[in-house]
Amino acid sequence: MMKNEDEVIICRCEDLTLAEIRETIADGYTTIEEIKRKTRLGMGPCRGTTCLGLIDGILAAHKGCSREEIDMPTNRPPLEGIKLGLLAGDGDE
Amino acid sequence: MGLAVAYNLARRGMDDIVLLESSYLGSGATGRCGAGIRQQWGTEMNCKLARASMDIFENMEERLKVDQDIGLKQQGYLLLAYSEKEMAQFRKNIELQNSLDIPSREVTPEEAEDIVPHLNTEGVVGGAFCPTDGHADPFKVTDAYARAAARLGVDIRTYTPARDIELDSHNEIEAVITDESRINTRRVVNAAGGYSRQIGEMVGLNIPVKSERHEILVTERVEPVQGPMVMSFSYNIYCQQTPKGPFLMGFGDPEEPDSLNINSSWQFLEKMADKAVNLLPLLKDLRVVRQWAGLYNITPDRQPIISESESVSGFYMALGFSGHGFMIAPMTANILADMMTGQKPDIELELDPGRFERGDLILEPSVV
Repeated sequence: MMKNEDEVIICRCEDLTLAEIRETIADGYTTIEEIKRKTRLGMGPCRGTTCLGLIDGILAAHKGCSREEIDMPTNRPPLEGIKLGLLAGDGDE
Repeated sequence: MGLAVAYNLARRGMDDIVLLESSYLGSGATGRCGAGIRQQWGTEMNCKLARASMDIFENMEERLKVDQDIGLKQQGYLLLAYSEKEMAQFRKNIELQNSLDIPSREVTPEEAEDIVPHLNTEGVVGGAFCPTDGHADPFKVTDAYARAAARLGVDIRTYTPARDIELDSHNEIEAVITDESRINTRRVVNAAGGYSRQIGEMVGLNIPVKSERHEILVTERVEPVQGPMVMSFSYNIYCQQTPKGPFLMGFGDPEEPDSLNINSSWQFLEKMADKAVNLLPLLKDLRVVRQWAGLYNITPDRQPIISESESVSGFYMALGFSGHGFMIAPMTANILADMMTGQKPDIELELDPGRFERGDLILEPSVV
């Protein structure tokens, strides 16, 4: 059963729906890097762990290619959200 | 820069403009910078360029006729001085800025604390504050110029690097080569930022610029607690809270070598955290979401090169912004477009590359 596109959340951090993503693609933003800069998809605290695995499928369907052919954006460190205070070494150790 | 120049040329009636972007729009320094906009400069030239650019930022949606707002935040820049000598320079700068319609003022450490309550003022001798300085969203600004340029007929080709530039027997530009095509043209604008030297080499020019990595990080979102950008040249830091809540921050590593490296380092992460938490202790509980890097394209006097080449006619340069390109791009693009269409620019610039050999360096006392 297909949900209404307005109700399917692709990016939880930025609250982006499938409808909004499809509109962005239709507007000419057709790579993940471009969609990322236009909508902030993938820039939230989850670092794309929710959305990146979905956007590649959406773009692949749009382009008529396989998911593997969709370029992923650069992975940016750090791997986990470390507090600045801990990095600054003022934690009690 | 490229998009702004293309837009301004199109606005002056030029058609047949092609913009080549090697990756996605904004993939260079524009999409990587802190995107702070300050008017607090120490030379007349930079003050005028920044003041005029701020005017454009303030009215950008209207001027470019775009719907989406560019996220302009104007809650000031607070510059901190850690010595009397630095403070004396600030006072000189403020006098110059005020004479050029920039509403900056001197602040005491106590006044600095009023403006940024969580500021650690230990060692701070005084400061300078300009309430109309601020920040804009670089992705939205890029998008606005792109949409406006495209609407005026500019042919924007993304994921299309320039591979070579061909010259004819008179050393004049004949064509630009991409993987897909050969574009016949007599004029080229090199606005390639960190890669501008490489573009210069295509026409046999040795442009006196070097590229240098600068790193930056962003934290998770929190409720608004800091109005202005806090910056210090001597302490070496800039740190601001962007409109949606995250903190953006960076500093210049004096040991950073010339390179095209845009990878991130753990050394930056640790040093940045140290500096930030010391200056703004409130930040200690914020989590880093991500770090990245971009390239400063640096000239010997850290002022840009905005000029036509003397030896290769038709080769224009808008590069070498040395870390303050975003904030002066709107007006600079205007000026270059005037230069290229034979009109008198609103601000006369003497930013040709020959100035370095002549010794006409423009020494700006207010750089990061």
